[in-house]
Amino acid sequence: MPVDQSLVGREFPPTSQREVTREHVDAFASALGAGPDGTVPPTYPIVLAFDAMNAFLAAEQIDLFRIIHGEQRFAYERPVRVGDRLTATLTVASLRQIGGADIIGTSSLIHDADGSLVCTAKATLVHTGGAS
Amino acid sequence: MTADLTPGDTFDPVTFPLTRADLVAYAEASGDPNPIHQDEDVARSVGLPGVIAHGMLTLGLAGRAVASWTDGAEVVELGCKFTNPVVVPATGSVDVVVGGSVKKVEDGLATLALEVTCDGEKVLGMPKAVVRA
Repeated sequence: MPVDQSLVGREFPPTSQREVTREHVDAFASALGAGPDGTVPPTYPIVLAFDAMNAFLAAEQIDLFRIIHGEQRFAYERPVRVGDRLTATLTVASLRQIGGADIIGTSSLIHDADGSLVCTAKATLVHTGGAS
Repeated sequence: MTADLTPGDTFDPVTFPLTRADLVAYAEASGDPNPIHQDEDVARSVGLPGVIAHGMLTLGLAGRAVASWTDGAEVVELGCKFTNPVVVPATGSVDVVVGGSVKKVEDGLATLALEVTCDGEKVLGMPKAVVRA
């Protein structure tokens, strides 16, 4: 089932706040074969962007297993630090159909507890549709 | 202290072997339970050649290479397209190789062009990092 075209421009509610703990940073770094030394890997904000994407998929009743990551771009205002309390707010930036797949462009703004922008995470999600 | 980066500098490629166990560990740590990274049948049902690595795991390895080349310089941009899947066999491992060079240095920022391959084939499209030089 194609994704509803009216989604373009829609902003979803911010995700619930997630505290960046030393334990989780080390677990994330270890899963990349790095550390653990408390250094926050640059791809760590995907955890927040993924929270936002999951909320979006749930709201639109899209199955995660039909989603393939097409593109990801991070722009950082500052590095993520242990102790940050972050939320992500996802906006659907674009939507097009190619060969039966929906190509969904999303932009998630990741803010800290003071409301300052920490990172912009832009993702292209390829939804492979299929009978469901 | 950051590394001295000059346009044209080429870095030594870094090889990262990946196993199915690595995918399980990454799924748990990142919170991404998509079964296309664990289950052969589900992966094939959506047209994939087999169980594939999380694109973000591959990009994370590229980030590790960047950190090793630049003495952990602050990353201000990182991104790529996921153009070819990294298929991870049920047994054994597959090698992800990350190479890179300095494209430009301007206003205290160095742009690194990366090349990420698996079995000699590029798996990321135009992977790029910008670090504070």
